[in-house]
Amino acid sequence: MNWVWLHKWGSPKWFYALSGRYLPWLTITSVVLLTVGIVWGLFFAPPDYQQGNSFRIIYIHVPAAILAQSIYVMLAVAGAVGLIWKIKLADIALRQAAPIGVWMTVIALMTGSIWGKPTWGAYWVWDARLTSMLILLFLYLGVIALGQAITNRDNSARACAVLSLVGVVNIPIIKYSVEWWNTLHQSASFSFTQKPAMPTQMWFPLLLTVIGFYCYFGAMLFMRMRLEVLQRENGSQWSTTEIDRLIGEHK
Amino acid sequence: MTPIRKRRLGKIFLLVCGVSTALGLALTALQENINLFFTPSQIIAGEVPEGIFIRAGGLVEKGSLVRTTDSLELQFSITDGDRNILVKYKGILPDLFREGQGVVALGKLNQDKVLQADQILAKHDENYMPPEAAHALKEASAANQLTKPLEDNGK
Repeated sequence: MNWVWLHKWGSPKWFYALSGRYLPWLTITSVVLLTVGIVWGLFFAPPDYQQGNSFRIIYIHVPAAILAQSIYVMLAVAGAVGLIWKIKLADIALRQAAPIGVWMTVIALMTGSIWGKPTWGAYWVWDARLTSMLILLFLYLGVIALGQAITNRDNSARACAVLSLVGVVNIPIIKYSVEWWNTLHQSASFSFTQKPAMPTQMWFPLLLTVIGFYCYFGAMLFMRMRLEVLQRENGSQWSTTEIDRLIGEHK
Repeated sequence: MTPIRKRRLGKIFLLVCGVSTALGLALTALQENINLFFTPSQIIAGEVPEGIFIRAGGLVEKGSLVRTTDSLELQFSITDGDRNILVKYKGILPDLFREGQGVVALGKLNQDKVLQADQILAKHDENYMPPEAAHALKEASAANQLTKPLEDNGK
């Protein structure tokens, strides 16, 4: 099997060029999907028979929660790649994805508690799903703090990678918490593999926002990584040319 | 893969497996404490101590809700399909509280296995439906009951 295309992604220069090509498409797709999905979900989808309009928070809550978990898995994969193959780009990806993950987790927790008050009758309950999600937030914060606390770049990359790998154990716990234990949180309404637990006119806008959130994450990650690649490669010829070009563009 | 990378991969694999095992054991040991609520069967079986705050969860039994006319006091029973217990509560119920819905009640159990609740939380399931669809479903089940009334007598 030919792995050259994959190996090329490991080179900062190649990554910078390729990601620049994909970035506008990702951005456009995410803007279109999020606009359509959110407008459809918030204004046109029918209300729920029990919760009325408050169920509409699902169009933000579910994508944010899915992303929060996916991003952590990505952190762990990037950590493993960084540890095994010593690819610098993996460390950059890990470092730049973590803050996005924090915000996704915060959005999921906040929207969940805003929804919880009218539906359950409480903003917060220490059930397994909510608690494991809170732990995920602390894991993200831990990865970021660890990365900033260690000044030596190699050591800090290794420490972040190990913490990401250790923390990834929390992901199946979040996912299956509603099945393993009695929880107040209901089980999954949305899944790529199972028949949805709601009619199409409610489910389809949710699908759009989920894919839109993924594209948004991709675009954000590329933007943040490109900046750090430029900073780290500062001094090499291609990055100096690129920085000069960017400065020239903004003059 | 070079041997050194294979070794690193092995180490990472061991790390993740080790942490998973440790956490898995810890969580199994803490099983009882992680469960948010006790089911009526567990309470009837005496697994739950009296006089301390516990949470009990189950479906509100149909036809069991009794309100008082002059105060917010009310009582209902919750069931897990097998056993049921009586819950007494004084206060405002969440919007989603309905007979047949899941609820979680926080309170103390007295000697008669009656839960004196301080807080009632409504549990929502994963199903969403527009009001028209719910209405249609209800009508369909009502029509069903008319044609074969004997089947529904049991519960």
